[in-house]
Amino acid sequence: MTTAVAHHDAALEPAESPITPESWGKLGMWTFLAADAMTFGGLLAAYGALRAGDPTWPVPSHILGIWLTAGMTFLLICSSVTMVESLAAIRGGDQRKLRLYLLATIAGGATFLCLQSYEWTKLIVHEGQSITRNNFGATFFILTGFHGCHVFGGIVYLSAVLGRAARGTSAAIVVGAVMVVATLVALYVTSLAMSPIVAVIAALAVAGVVYVTAQALAAPVGAYSAHENSEVEIVGLYWHFVDLIWILVFTFVYLV
Amino acid sequence: MAVHTAAEIAAERARYRQVFYWLGGLTLLEIGAVYLPIVKFGIVIILILLALTKASLVALFYMHLAVERRTLLTIAITPLVLCAFLVFMLAPDHTNMTRMQTRKSAQPEIPAGAHH
Repeated sequence: MTTAVAHHDAALEPAESPITPESWGKLGMWTFLAADAMTFGGLLAAYGALRAGDPTWPVPSHILGIWLTAGMTFLLICSSVTMVESLAAIRGGDQRKLRLYLLATIAGGATFLCLQSYEWTKLIVHEGQSITRNNFGATFFILTGFHGCHVFGGIVYLSAVLGRAARGTSAAIVVGAVMVVATLVALYVTSLAMSPIVAVIAALAVAGVVYVTAQALAAPVGAYSAHENSEVEIVGLYWHFVDLIWILVFTFVYLV
Repeated sequence: MAVHTAAEIAAERARYRQVFYWLGGLTLLEIGAVYLPIVKFGIVIILILLALTKASLVALFYMHLAVERRTLLTIAITPLVLCAFLVFMLAPDHTNMTRMQTRKSAQPEIPAGAHH
């Protein structure tokens, strides 16, 4: 019975497709990324059109901190390196390094979001910028906010893969959910002034993340191996895309 | 799923590190380019070229497009082509808006009561 079901599944969703050597999942991710790239392309083109037609457009470097965002760019590049290292680790069959590098990638993404939250707070509260004030504010907050949403999605996706790398599907849901709460709380703490209640909530959330992660890292065998690791490669594609888009946003919005 | 040998993984890792150094170096160059004492247009061209180089490095080596089948490469290049097309379609609007703004600012102000 079990063999019959396995044969049926294989017939429905073959691992090898005629157009991609690896998996349907990889093809699906590339198709999604192509569509997403066009959305970002449209936003960047609209930014360029509005900027070119407005002689009063402010000089971005006078308003935005280049060094902070250069640091954020470097952070995302580093997180891309930890991502490829995690793939290389599992290709070599090293479960523990896979989890460590995935965790480092998640930490890089979360730090990026906290820095972005700090930057936004500074711009809104101290510089008086807003999404409705002028075209500069509108395009800046839409572009960087849309990218930030992608980073947030990436953190949740990576957390779910980390959970699966530790114990399986149920752990993926738990780790993903904990990371959502922890990231939101961390953003809240970063963007608002510290207060005792917020500090306690943040501490509890961080403790929860550390606990779950420690449990995950303690597991002996996860869902991935040297033979089966296409899910790690697919989440890597998404994460590198987020990095690639930021490289373009950093240049067009902050430097040009 | 293809299994990679230890030598292949070591070579991959070395390539990842090389790309990382390049990405870091190019980011520093970008920041340096902002302060170059040349015309703004020249700086913009340099920055765009550097950004495209960095994006290509990520796509080719971290996203493995350099070793993928042509189908995936075609999927990846499609949005680039369409976005380039979009920019060229918007180019007349850029020119028109800039011309209108320039004309508006060049118009002499009509003194109050001049209509009478």
